[in-house]
Amino acid sequence: MSVLVDRHTRVLVQGITGREGAFHALRCQEYGTRVVGGVTPGKGGTTHEGFAVWNTVAEAVSATGADCALIFVPPPAAADAILEAADAGVPLVVCITEGVPVADMVRVRSFLGRTRSRLIGPNCPGLITPGQAKIGIMPGHIHQPGPVGVVSRSGTLTYEVVHQLTRRGLGQSTCVGIGGDPVNGTSFVDVLRLFEEDPDTRAIMLIGEIGGTAEEQAAAFVEAHVTKPVVGFICGQTAPPGRRMGHAGAIIAGGKGTAAEKMRALEAAGITTVQSPADMGATVARVLGAKG
Amino acid sequence: MKVHEYQAKALLREFGVPVPRGEVAETAAEARAIAGRLGGRVVVKAQVHAGGRGKAGGVKLADDPAAAEAAAAGILGMMLRTPQTPPDGIEVLRVLVEEASAIAAELYLSITLDRDRAAHAVMASRSGGMDIEEVAATHPDRIIRQWADPALGLQAFQARALALGLGLDGDAFKAGVGLIQSLFRLYLDKDCSLAEINPLVVTRDGRVLALDAKLNFDDNALYRHPDVVALRDLNEEDPLDVEASRHHLNYIKLAGNVGCMVNGAGLAMATMDIIKLAGGEPANFLDVGGGASPEQIENAFRILSSDPAVRAVFINVFGGILRCDRLAAGLIAAVQKLGLALPVVVRMEGTNVEQGKAMLAESGLNFASADDMATGAARAVELARAAGGGAR
Repeated sequence: MSVLVDRHTRVLVQGITGREGAFHALRCQEYGTRVVGGVTPGKGGTTHEGFAVWNTVAEAVSATGADCALIFVPPPAAADAILEAADAGVPLVVCITEGVPVADMVRVRSFLGRTRSRLIGPNCPGLITPGQAKIGIMPGHIHQPGPVGVVSRSGTLTYEVVHQLTRRGLGQSTCVGIGGDPVNGTSFVDVLRLFEEDPDTRAIMLIGEIGGTAEEQAAAFVEAHVTKPVVGFICGQTAPPGRRMGHAGAIIAGGKGTAAEKMRALEAAGITTVQSPADMGATVARVLGAKG
Repeated sequence: MKVHEYQAKALLREFGVPVPRGEVAETAAEARAIAGRLGGRVVVKAQVHAGGRGKAGGVKLADDPAAAEAAAAGILGMMLRTPQTPPDGIEVLRVLVEEASAIAAELYLSITLDRDRAAHAVMASRSGGMDIEEVAATHPDRIIRQWADPALGLQAFQARALALGLGLDGDAFKAGVGLIQSLFRLYLDKDCSLAEINPLVVTRDGRVLALDAKLNFDDNALYRHPDVVALRDLNEEDPLDVEASRHHLNYIKLAGNVGCMVNGAGLAMATMDIIKLAGGEPANFLDVGGGASPEQIENAFRILSSDPAVRAVFINVFGGILRCDRLAAGLIAAVQKLGLALPVVVRMEGTNVEQGKAMLAESGLNFASADDMATGAARAVELARAAGGGAR
């Protein structure tokens, strides 16, 4: 079992004729993901790298039965691509694009609330259910199937924890990168709820960062609703206030959103926190061992 | 991106938000001429991006043009130091000379994103002219808020509620409602991340004016606002930050002596954290991004090693899209071109890691390799200490 995606997920790639889109469509397919085609307006009816291309998401969905859209279009067109996928009724929309204007995401989030689509991202690595489907840009080979659910605002830091887990023989149920932007589609709480309900997820690794209050909300949810062991790490303990640390959402503003504050919130909720990012894998192993 | 007060006020004027009459000067003589044109009492205000200018001596009242010239002469060229500037301060290159206003009330108004609600929030308070974070902490009841519907925008009834909350009445109420709506239009049209008027004042003759103005812009949206990009003042930014942004690298200079280069913002922050845990201080945040080319690696290495405080370098890369062999190629090229004066510890993992490690080993250059991030950080901190640059 897993959450959100598995070997049956049928993936459509928006922006498939672009360099990034084509490259990653192939990498996902190689991993075993069912990539059923792509969308590039104006290139419908052609094929690209062996993938069928449609002009619109609606056409592609009716032709392929796709139930997931993976978006690689440039930032100025990203919001429109998400809206098009949602309008076509695609239940899961994954937006990798980095650099989407915040005001665009405010409008997108509001629209999505009136549809049945779930958005992952933007500015995220995507998600992977090891051994079944990789829908994103993460290196597939470091993952292995297993009991740990991973949810993170970061990309490469997620690869780091996955590597630490796999090296200890601990596989992952599903790894979800929710993205580093201040307004995104899916929150920690959404993913925690899914992991709690997933019988094959036995422990959860949560990686947060400075800025906002998503980690505090996650902590409150864990305290009230999660019975499985959760390990948490917050990066940016040494970040200076007022500076955006790469991610648009990673900024300590008005004295709020510091790593120390977030770590305290996690601890108060009974989450096992890790001080050093080098100890994430070992700590998950320890809590899983303790819980049997 | 940030802009100066005089630039923000020009935008406010363009959108119909009333501001005091004034002009910007680069010399004391210009300041005198502007004061002469304005007539009467003026305020001379240092134009730097940092807040807290008044307390630092960057804002002065002048009764006549001669006094304005003297005030400008004192402020121009000074290194203004406030809690928000670098320790050495920022050199003042321009002053804003404005008519002084007879103030009846000082209020507060701002618009920014409420991340939790994923909506733009307008905040207003009768406690203007003070640090709003302090007001929020001590008297949260003194701040009123309205959230704009993402599809509809800020409605007139919401602007009225805010203006009433500010205690405005009569003509000032009408003016306030219009001002709030105009400011919201500016905030949305120009993709601001913050529009803050502190203080918003009611003058003794009943006008409502933005006495100070702070506008920040969403970096992700700058592509659609060339007019805003043109307002960027590179003098306000660290030269290394500017150089990095030219190469599309995410670099922030910090106070320590262990330079670091990482792919991905989260891993970069985590790397800074682990350097600190190992007893060192990071010299910078540097994210080379997901798909960096060997040229970008070379630029990144050059930028981070040109910080004179750096005593050792820690490179921590988890190769996904960025393959370890490409990283190695970039590093070798950079070190051969620049000469290796600094000890470098490389920790790489992920795609093509064996190939990358072999390339570094065969290069004959002095790279120390580490198998995990904890060992790598500890080694880099130790090397920095041995090189004689304690954390400062």
